[in-house]
Amino acid sequence: MEASTALVVNAIIAGLLLGGFYAAVSLGISISFGMLDVVNIAHPAFIILGSYVAYIVNDRLGFDPILVSVVLSPLFFALGMALYRIYYLCFEKRGQESLRGLAFFFGILFITEVTLVLIFGVDYRLVTTAYSEVTWRAGDIDLPMRLFVPFLVSIAMVVALQLFLTHTFFGRAVLAVAQDQLALRLMGVNPVRVKERAFALSIATAGVAGAFLIVIQPVQPSIGREYIGLVFAVCVLGGMGSIWGTLIGALVLGIAESFTSTFFGPSWAPAVSFGLLLATLAFRPSGILGR
Amino acid sequence: MRGNSVLTTLARWLGAFAAALALAGSFATEALAQQPLRIGFGMSLTGPLAGNGKAALIAMEIWKDDVNAKGGILGRKVEFVYYDDQTNPATVPGLYTKLLDVDKVDLVVSGYGTAVIAPAMPLMMQRNLMFMTLFGLNVNSKFNYDRYFQIMPAGPEPAIGWTRGFFEAAMGLNPKPKTIALVGADAEYPHLALEGARVHVKRLGLKVVYDKSYPPNTTDYSPIVRAIQATNPDLVYLASYPPDSAGMVRAVNEVGLKTRMFGGGLVGTQFAALKTALGPLLNGVVNYELYTPELSGKFPFLDAFLKKYQERAAKEGVDPLGFYLPPYAYAMMQVLDQAITATKGLDSGKLAEYIHTHTFDTFVGKVGFAKNGEWSEPRVMMVQYNGIKGNTIDQWKQPGVVTVLEPGPYKTGVVKAPYQDAKH
Amino acid sequence: MSNRNFAIVAFAVAIAFAAASQLVPNEYFFTAAYVVLQFVILATAWNILGGYTGYVNFGSAAFFAIGAYSTVMLYNAFKAPLLVMIVAGTLVAGLLGLGLGYLTLRLRGVFFAIASLALAVVLYTFVVNWDYVGGARGAYVLQPREVPFGLPRYIHLLYIVLVLEAAVALVVARTIEKSTIGRGLAAIRDDELAAECSGVPTLRLKIFSATVSGALMGMAGTTFPFYLSYIEPSSAFGLSYAVNSIAMPLIGGMMSWIGPLIGAVLLGTVQQLVQVTISSAWNLLIVGVLLVLFVTLAPNGIMGWVEAWRKRRSRR
Repeated sequence: MEASTALVVNAIIAGLLLGGFYAAVSLGISISFGMLDVVNIAHPAFIILGSYVAYIVNDRLGFDPILVSVVLSPLFFALGMALYRIYYLCFEKRGQESLRGLAFFFGILFITEVTLVLIFGVDYRLVTTAYSEVTWRAGDIDLPMRLFVPFLVSIAMVVALQLFLTHTFFGRAVLAVAQDQLALRLMGVNPVRVKERAFALSIATAGVAGAFLIVIQPVQPSIGREYIGLVFAVCVLGGMGSIWGTLIGALVLGIAESFTSTFFGPSWAPAVSFGLLLATLAFRPSGILGR
Repeated sequence: MRGNSVLTTLARWLGAFAAALALAGSFATEALAQQPLRIGFGMSLTGPLAGNGKAALIAMEIWKDDVNAKGGILGRKVEFVYYDDQTNPATVPGLYTKLLDVDKVDLVVSGYGTAVIAPAMPLMMQRNLMFMTLFGLNVNSKFNYDRYFQIMPAGPEPAIGWTRGFFEAAMGLNPKPKTIALVGADAEYPHLALEGARVHVKRLGLKVVYDKSYPPNTTDYSPIVRAIQATNPDLVYLASYPPDSAGMVRAVNEVGLKTRMFGGGLVGTQFAALKTALGPLLNGVVNYELYTPELSGKFPFLDAFLKKYQERAAKEGVDPLGFYLPPYAYAMMQVLDQAITATKGLDSGKLAEYIHTHTFDTFVGKVGFAKNGEWSEPRVMMVQYNGIKGNTIDQWKQPGVVTVLEPGPYKTGVVKAPYQDAKH
Repeated sequence: MSNRNFAIVAFAVAIAFAAASQLVPNEYFFTAAYVVLQFVILATAWNILGGYTGYVNFGSAAFFAIGAYSTVMLYNAFKAPLLVMIVAGTLVAGLLGLGLGYLTLRLRGVFFAIASLALAVVLYTFVVNWDYVGGARGAYVLQPREVPFGLPRYIHLLYIVLVLEAAVALVVARTIEKSTIGRGLAAIRDDELAAECSGVPTLRLKIFSATVSGALMGMAGTTFPFYLSYIEPSSAFGLSYAVNSIAMPLIGGMMSWIGPLIGAVLLGTVQQLVQVTISSAWNLLIVGVLLVLFVTLAPNGIMGWVEAWRKRRSRR
């Protein structure tokens, strides 16, 4: 297979665009798992939930799904707060989080998926936006808007989150909670309140990422499961608790998949991503930018 | 006085009771004579193929109502006993043993798709039961069971019959195409279809310049399409399931694929959901269909059935067009009806023999079966989509957006090539 | 009860079940019981690493599927006898557990869980790309026409095999539980750092636990291709295996060998019933809801309730 420059460049671009999307999807896990130590494997379920919410509004009222999801993110925020409350009361307080917390989220993942199936059925849902069929071309290079717009918004979200964490009081409280909860308590801040809000933030990002998902590809309830491994892979690869790390990890994964798809055959792409994860866990568990 | 009234009351009660018994007894004997004919099956009501499963179920229930309105089969009212197989093969042995051993149904038919037909085969073979199946690609090649029948019109060599139309149309191009790219999802149907395609490729002496598959949950198909474009194929044959059919068609439009003919084996564009979602993106694509409005009038009663189906489907939120499974699900039951009536019973051996040796008049025309239980002749249509405007569904309900390329008797036009020009 | 006596009792019960089953006239019992027994083995196996050692394995399906696919390989290669296939599948799955454990058990438990999930995906991709075992198209494994030992149907043989396998799994689980190894595992579960400081060879024990757990899960999968006659990757690697093998020990109780047995029998039977009564989308919903309910309200499962009730009685 001749590797013409156009093919390589397009593969890189496609990988970057895909990586941007993966970053949005994994951002929440970077917060909840990387910083708060909450293994929320139900995260993809909330992404799918976000997709469906965007779908419903787009279907009935025709508004742009990404816009809708940003506007409705407070709903997801509230949902996240409620979920964390339950998690905290039942598990963290009792020190049971490792095993039972995991099982709890696993159950939530399933309940969300099956409820969506019961309500919407298993047919694939798509949205149509003003830009879903537009592609910018520059010679041999293609830039499909379907991928580019979510990419832009996703980068914006990553940057916004990083700035929030480093420049606002609450953001720094979150970083502090990740480092040393006891110290935080000694300084008079209620770590539970901080964690609750941070977790809610992670679920809010999931809702927005869901809108990206349904712009990029058709969605049905069970595809959430395919992303469980991916989101954790991105976080581990990038380094736990680092937002920039998540972005880098996502871009690396996106490019790796894109290259494998183009040059070795698409059926090997998942193996590459997860092979990367396994290798990282085996040899450098702290990831690229991890502490 | 009191004693008398007790006795009288008792007598009255006994009398009433006896009368009731007698009545019940007479009903019972009548009922015994008209024991319903129970047909059992598993069907995909949830899971990835549920859209099709539910559509097939509606068609079968319409058949049941039609047949019962005419007095049933052999004077017996038809009843269904069915369970959701969740499109999961692991449920099938359990469901079918329950149907046969616990529910004690009179007859079983299959669910939809190879994945749920194959696990039921050993059970059918053990008990020597006649098994009518709904759309499995080449299941019997492994089992060689002589009481297996298949209602999919792929012909005696299913993978070959299924893919023939694309190549017939391609070879009509002038000059003849020389190179081909083969691509499909990592799943059972696309694999089998591509195997069939490879047989044609070899037969016609085409050169394969790309031959890869992709995992079904791929998010972005453009790297695949670009890799295909880099090989500059004359033809691109795609075998895919609904999600990747959509993804590939979109990617092909985004990348601006340049080839002479594209398509062939996309599952999904036969249903309304994808037809409306993709709309004009489908222009120029060559694909198989089992029914299009171009055929209306050629198959009597089918149009009336489709109207009935479409009404029910709209209410139940299932594929509103019904151009794919429903006519065949109905036809499958028609074959059974005629065979049971002709052999005057439910003996599997006699039924199997009858079905092998006769042709049947159904909604999809005359149906005959080959030795391996498949159709004796393929009747898959190959069409090209054109002139689709916007994403409405009504344009699909009339002729005009489709050119039928194969088979000969139904042809309405020739393929427009190259693909990038046929889009307009 | 000593290990030897328990083993005798377990196998006696298994043989009794096997013999009694010949009195059941309908085949539905066998097909349904096969699935429930499968879950008994999976749940018991999962619990060795999960309940005893405290490490959650999300990739049960990977081990199960590798058992199934090694059967497919041996069937395609030399139509090996069933016993050979079972032993081979168990060994291969055990090796997989060993490998995964060695790679990731040096890290925190959460990383092991994620790695197990990643393993399932990688393995799935390999199988899908491997034409020899049928790849995505699936492989046909035909039940032999003549049933060995003069049994009326092949499914009877499969049922008996599974009953015996379940007995093996339970004996292994209980033996580990009551042994020094079991106490070491419990120490790891309760506080790994303290255990390490007390001289418990944590890494070695964890790897042992992962190996045995994986091997037993693979054992459960070895007869699966024969049950269906057709095996394809997406159902072999189905996530319902992962959920159920976690839910069942959780619901039954993770502290001892009885818990997974109870959880599997209860939940498995409920699922089989639901499958043939109400619509089956509810099936998975029920599992999810039960899982969440039990994990929040009854963390020690049914056996936990039994223990609490016994303690209350003895206090009176």
